[in-house]
Amino acid sequence: MGTVCFSRCVCQVHRRLLRTWVLLAAVVALGSGLSGCRAAGPAAEAAAEPATEPAAAPAFKVSSIKNIGSDTLVNLALAWAEAYMAGHPEARISVTGGGSGTGIAALLNRTIQLANASRAMSAEEVEEARRGGFQPVQHTVALDAIAVVVNPANPVAGLTLGQIADIYTGRIRRWSEVGGEDRPIVLLSRESNSGTYVYFIERVIRLGRKDNKDLPSPETLLMPSSEGISAEVRQNPNAIGYDGLGYVTPDQKVLAVAAAAGKPYVLPNAATVLNGSYPIARPLFMITAGQPEGAIARYLEWILGEGQGLIERLGFVPLAAPAADGGGSR
Amino acid sequence: MNARLAVQRLGFLLLGLAALVVVVPILVVVAGIVVRGIGAVSWEFLSAMPRAGMKEGGILPAIVGTLLLTLGTAVVAVPVGVGGAVYLSEYARDTAFTRAIRLAMVNLAGIPSIVYGLFGLGMFVLFLRFGTSILAGSLTLAIMTLPVVISTTEEALRAVPTEFRTVSASLGGTRWQGIRKVVLPQALPGIITGVILGLLRAAGETAPILFTVAAFYLPRLPHSPLDQTMALPYHLYVISTQVPGMPAEVQNGTAFVLLALVLLLNFVAAWIRSHFRRRRPW
Amino acid sequence: MSGGASPAGVAPRASRSGSRPRWSEFAVESLIRVLGFSTVGFVVLIFAFLLREGLPVFFKLPAAALLGELWYPTFGSFGSLPLILGSALVTLLAVLIALPLGVATAVFVREVAPRWAREILKPLIEVLAGIPSVVLGFFGMTTVAPLVRQWLGAPTGLTVFTGALVLAYMSLPTIISVAEDALDAVPRSYRDAGLAMGATHWQTTWRVVVPAGRSGVIIAGMLGMGRAIGETMAVMMVTGNAARLPIDPAALFRPVRTMTATIAAEMGEVARGSLHYHALFGIGIVLFVLTFLINLAAARAIFRRRRKGGLR
Repeated sequence: MGTVCFSRCVCQVHRRLLRTWVLLAAVVALGSGLSGCRAAGPAAEAAAEPATEPAAAPAFKVSSIKNIGSDTLVNLALAWAEAYMAGHPEARISVTGGGSGTGIAALLNRTIQLANASRAMSAEEVEEARRGGFQPVQHTVALDAIAVVVNPANPVAGLTLGQIADIYTGRIRRWSEVGGEDRPIVLLSRESNSGTYVYFIERVIRLGRKDNKDLPSPETLLMPSSEGISAEVRQNPNAIGYDGLGYVTPDQKVLAVAAAAGKPYVLPNAATVLNGSYPIARPLFMITAGQPEGAIARYLEWILGEGQGLIERLGFVPLAAPAADGGGSR
Repeated sequence: MNARLAVQRLGFLLLGLAALVVVVPILVVVAGIVVRGIGAVSWEFLSAMPRAGMKEGGILPAIVGTLLLTLGTAVVAVPVGVGGAVYLSEYARDTAFTRAIRLAMVNLAGIPSIVYGLFGLGMFVLFLRFGTSILAGSLTLAIMTLPVVISTTEEALRAVPTEFRTVSASLGGTRWQGIRKVVLPQALPGIITGVILGLLRAAGETAPILFTVAAFYLPRLPHSPLDQTMALPYHLYVISTQVPGMPAEVQNGTAFVLLALVLLLNFVAAWIRSHFRRRRPW
Repeated sequence: MSGGASPAGVAPRASRSGSRPRWSEFAVESLIRVLGFSTVGFVVLIFAFLLREGLPVFFKLPAAALLGELWYPTFGSFGSLPLILGSALVTLLAVLIALPLGVATAVFVREVAPRWAREILKPLIEVLAGIPSVVLGFFGMTTVAPLVRQWLGAPTGLTVFTGALVLAYMSLPTIISVAEDALDAVPRSYRDAGLAMGATHWQTTWRVVVPAGRSGVIIAGMLGMGRAIGETMAVMMVTGNAARLPIDPAALFRPVRTMTATIAAEMGEVARGSLHYHALFGIGIVLFVLTFLINLAAARAIFRRRRKGGLR
């Protein structure tokens, strides 16, 4: 008897639950159905953009821009997106990191229209783009200094580029060899998909020479993000790391860098980058597939205009004058 | 005699010590997150969009994203998982093929989450061209959740005494009728427990959604299964490793919300299991 | 079974079983059968996909290059030995830490602990199972790693050891639950016999019950190993990700790079179809095969034990 009653109760639970699932499924289906028209994907939208954009119409339809790439640029890109959307309600900009390589790969796969990169595209990537039927255009949107950082307790205050190269290739292993305490040097770096990593190897470890094939020592810790580097540097007196100036927190010590022995030691900031005295500085790019049109063109125009005002606050360097474009492949 | 007691006391002490070593860090981690994170959690934190480079405002899109992904996972994993378990427990004979199925299940359970991420990327994002989307992410997570759902459902079905099935058949019901009207309802609490446990694992995973759906920042909530979404575990990863100057309380608050969600589901599952176990008529 | 020659729609339907047309029953059964096969289907699909995307790397590069010591994928060097050894070392150490701890805890909970302790311990262990790996990785990175550096004198706290510690904790719930099952399977009569012969509780437990359940302990170790080798986020945050060959004596306290972290960190950047892309899928194949073998061994051990009735 008790069994029968109990099964009936549970049956009712069963029925109610079934109804709930069906209802939920219906809601999900309805929701996706209603918005199905919109969800054609960025490729379709990008294709639709130039077609529906009348020559001189002031009223802009809602446009969505996917912005992927450099982790160095990601916070700046986010700040730009927020500021732009505040003044332009028809725009919807989403920002994701993943590294310069990620953004460029997505651009080549045609899944986004705007890639962030902290390095120029390689010859292979440009070639792949051409095979895909478009010519990528690199827009320099800001400048960035690469700061070399150590723990605040480290007595070393400056290094030459040559010394940094020797440290990162493992030729110099202890701080005492460069005027510090007798401690092992712990090498920190960004991951291999980072434009910062590639740039650092080319400019610093290889001292800018194309024939130099040096690589960072296998002992180098590749941290998945800038904050990973900061977390280690701020509490480990043995550590040395590098990253964009915008990622250096006040609890790290920035080293002054000399281009060569005998040259002056320079600390990175907006002024020294713009006048060229700080040797490790680079342009930051936003890359489009072909010349930008429509919503993307407007966004880039804003970035190169009003958007520049945001840059210094985030630790990067604005393009003070129309920049001699660092575009094209290396 | 005393020596043996002394050995016993020592042995038990060591065992107890081991248990302590296991359990104390759990308390430390959970307490640490609760203590440091609960201060950040307010209604605004839970319901507002992030502002100012995600350092202010709330984490609503991440919460919504996780809920949507969990829902999506359930929609796929529950029918397929329960169906598969019903087959294994009610229909299948002990042949080499069913043994192969069980082997497949054990293996599915052991596949590293990052390999699921690779599969999801290759299959759903690229090959089927869903793009990075809630659809791709949910499907990936659903396949990952299948083994848990199937094995717990099977256990729950097996726990239903055979008499129920025999009585149903003797009254003229077909096998499926017996399952649908008698066995499944009885096994339901166990099934629900298993589903919840599977879902809570899916809610906490980062690796499978890294390449299939997760986004660093989205300006508004997703409104179609083909949209990207933010998600709590990825969000925690991002704000603790990618954004400089992120206030510690935002990080701890996000960790707290994620942990609270997972623990709540855990608690619900445990309650269902114990509550219905007590009320079982057999 | 419903008898069933009544023409559908003509005979009155009985309230309970009724004369359902055969085909709807057949349809349902077929659907369920298909769903049942789906697990095998998924495993095959996943493996097939991995093969499709990963095999090219094995054809394009000689084995010597793939097993080289230098992993610089963005510069064309795909020596994966540091990655394989890295994963192996962290996993082995994690299991070495977790297995004794887990078995001891399982014995404690099942055999020794008073009821009140059990009521506290069991939920706590379930909580551990639920803690997301990101959270544990976060905790490891911010709290454990600095301690390892300060107390153990390593140049950095992001080491094999730290990774193994975190992984051990993540594997513990699996190990404890399998060990508990193994202890459960030991019949009461064994314990009763031991006590009847005058052995203390401890002697009975340690020398009779645990050895009787030792196959379970081995299975626990295997499953724990499978869990550890597949963990991604937590190791990515605490092992330093340096593609370094961990074969020197100090390797335990030096950073290392695991296969899983490599895939997670590098997958996003690769252009589809590039050699790097194939190489990462190749690593995925290795991971899949390894966990497959471990799980195969564990599954066979479980089935064997079940057939023999639960002991040895």
